[in-house]
Amino acid sequence: MSEVTAVPKQAAGQPPAPTGEKPAKPRRVKRSLEARIQTVLGIALVLALFALPLYLDDSLLTMGQAVMAAAVGAIGLNLLTGVTGQLSLAHAFFIAIGTYGYAYFSGSPGGVATEYGGLELPPLLGATMAVILAGLAGLAFSPIASRLSGIYLGVASLSLVFLGQHLLFNWEGVTGGPNGRAVPTFTLAGLVFGTPQPGDPQVFLFNVPLRRNELLWYLFLVVLILAYLFARNLLRGRPGRALQMIRDKQTAAAVMGVNVRRYKSAAFVVSSMYAGAAGVLLALFLRNPTPGSFGLILSVTYLAMIVIGGLGSIPGAVVGAAFVAATPLLLNRYADFIPFLAQPGSGGVDSGTLAKYLYGGAVVVVLLLEPGGVAALGRRLLFTLTGTTRRQKMRAAAPVSSSVAETGDETTAETGADSVEDGVPGRSDNGGGAPSTQSLDSPPGSSPAPPSQGPDRGTEPPTEGNRRP
Amino acid sequence: MSFFLELLINGLSVGAVYALIALGFVIIFKATEVINFAHGSLLLLGGYTISELTPETNFYLALLVGLTVTALGALFIERILALRIRTANTNTLAIMTIGFDVVLTADLVRRIGVDPRSLFDPWKNDTVQVIGVTIPLTRLVAIGSAVVLLTAFFLAFKYTSWGVAMRASAEDAEAATLMGIRRGRVAAVAWIIAGVLACIAVVFLVAFPTPGLDGSVIPVALKAFPAAILGGLDSTAGALVGGLIVGVAEQLTLGYSSELSFLGRGFAEVMPYVIMIIVLLIKPSGLFGTREVSRV
Repeated sequence: MSEVTAVPKQAAGQPPAPTGEKPAKPRRVKRSLEARIQTVLGIALVLALFALPLYLDDSLLTMGQAVMAAAVGAIGLNLLTGVTGQLSLAHAFFIAIGTYGYAYFSGSPGGVATEYGGLELPPLLGATMAVILAGLAGLAFSPIASRLSGIYLGVASLSLVFLGQHLLFNWEGVTGGPNGRAVPTFTLAGLVFGTPQPGDPQVFLFNVPLRRNELLWYLFLVVLILAYLFARNLLRGRPGRALQMIRDKQTAAAVMGVNVRRYKSAAFVVSSMYAGAAGVLLALFLRNPTPGSFGLILSVTYLAMIVIGGLGSIPGAVVGAAFVAATPLLLNRYADFIPFLAQPGSGGVDSGTLAKYLYGGAVVVVLLLEPGGVAALGRRLLFTLTGTTRRQKMRAAAPVSSSVAETGDETTAETGADSVEDGVPGRSDNGGGAPSTQSLDSPPGSSPAPPSQGPDRGTEPPTEGNRRP
Repeated sequence: MSFFLELLINGLSVGAVYALIALGFVIIFKATEVINFAHGSLLLLGGYTISELTPETNFYLALLVGLTVTALGALFIERILALRIRTANTNTLAIMTIGFDVVLTADLVRRIGVDPRSLFDPWKNDTVQVIGVTIPLTRLVAIGSAVVLLTAFFLAFKYTSWGVAMRASAEDAEAATLMGIRRGRVAAVAWIIAGVLACIAVVFLVAFPTPGLDGSVIPVALKAFPAAILGGLDSTAGALVGGLIVGVAEQLTLGYSSELSFLGRGFAEVMPYVIMIIVLLIKPSGLFGTREVSRV
């Protein structure tokens, strides 16, 4: 019942987005205060991140690299799971492809116990090829991915992690087997992103020598910024709207002319390419990746990142990645100052276990109390600071689809429809740092039911209303 | 031939245990539309409780406590999820169970430590001769227990008022509620049953001939996922068939691994997932699952 009414509702929400028939006229709308604050904050943050390596010690620099590598992957997973609503546990598999792809394409043959090969291509070329390879792997899986929806995909993607593990442990010629393999040092335009050898050129920035960790920090930061901007622009454009609509109501999306199957495949491919990029960064950061680090637990940590940061929010993914990736390292660093922490292996709570309590617990608490995650909190804070009281702004700050009443009860549905109309002018206000890409498009009440079946073949666990008796 | 028979019986036994776990997934899914990724850690919880108690008391008492603890653990997760079940979608709830799983697994693995523990079950490492092949007694007990439990479950599912309520709310939740069925109670009972099944499954998963209870039982328990999926997530009979298929296929791959060495070491571990992918490519809702159709 609820979805019959849902279709016109979505339709009413759509006109501002270019739907193809009428190209929307470019409107110059004065950017809102929030948008400007977001831009300023964003620029300040980037500048700070560029300045930080000059002051941080090595362990913090490594931590920053871990966080940025994770952030790239988390943005990718968020495009798939948060934005398109396709639960995937296969992220670790695609990350592994990036890591070992880069190590194989650019690495040189070697190995002590197990011999492995390498193509010795230039690092930049190798890295690019690794990312493309991850994308191709995503494409190969997409016949399954696009046919299955929701929870079936989540479980089917589980198989990729286990198949990936099997492959990594057995394909010793590429991965080096259980002991892992060496990763080639990244070089770009004469810069060596590794431990400086006597003959290598030394680079100084404000009299601070840029060694391996500083250079890698800058490399990771540039990749992260590019990944961030690409994802943000993708979400703002037509594909982003289509993906969000597939999440909110697959049938409605198909009715509106979105090629559901193709978009789902595309989301899967883009997400795997992000994972591949994160994998390349991880390779540079780990130096000697072993297959064991690409198991199910890695996929789960990425899911935790996007949930804590806020499903569907790009800045949220970065914040979530920072939390999940930095916590164990910080706990490790300050273990001596935390009285109840035990040594690893002694049976007490060690830093790794404590980190798992923290992020696992955070996932549950976030989904219970604020399903929009940190992103929703940030938005709310921003609106409070700027004193915005306009109704649709607050709506935009409200928890998004995942949290919203699915029961199709009349009151929610009606207010939801209202806010679509109110939201139209607000939509173009959102020009700045834009955490709210999703919320403006899916106002509360606009049928956030689990994605249901389009005309395409496929399956879906029984949902109320669309199950044939 | 006797080797094949041995593998077959082993496979059916392991498959029956998988079926118990898979049935837990399916019941929970039917009652609440939640995929319980925390099932593996619930299993571990049951095993841990039993392994803590068995040195001091007898095995059956420990099992009873283990069943209670696992059921309460499942009920606890269900109650937390119930706070959001009306408003969240299936993905959100599934991710929440993953959160529970992370915390519970980390804690239990830490407590269990590195050495596999024995549950001191009464069957020890006895073997029996069945139609000319030697089978560990635990395998036969597993088959027997599974048959009893599954029969009891299917009878209850068909004839008791709980079974009717459960089937009604799975069929049409709204109408069931309007008919006076308390969905919360149906869901709670479903989670408790799933917890009990998981705890019984763990006893056989870590019994002889496996080394014992440690964190590695979780990936084993996860093989019930392919079992549940390939049978069809909303089909209880599918869970049984899926479990048996997975178990037999896995044991056969394991037994003939020297002939299958071109697939790499330990291919038996991933065999269930390969079967699942193949089945999903042909029948996206599993062998017995309800095919979804959407009405606009």
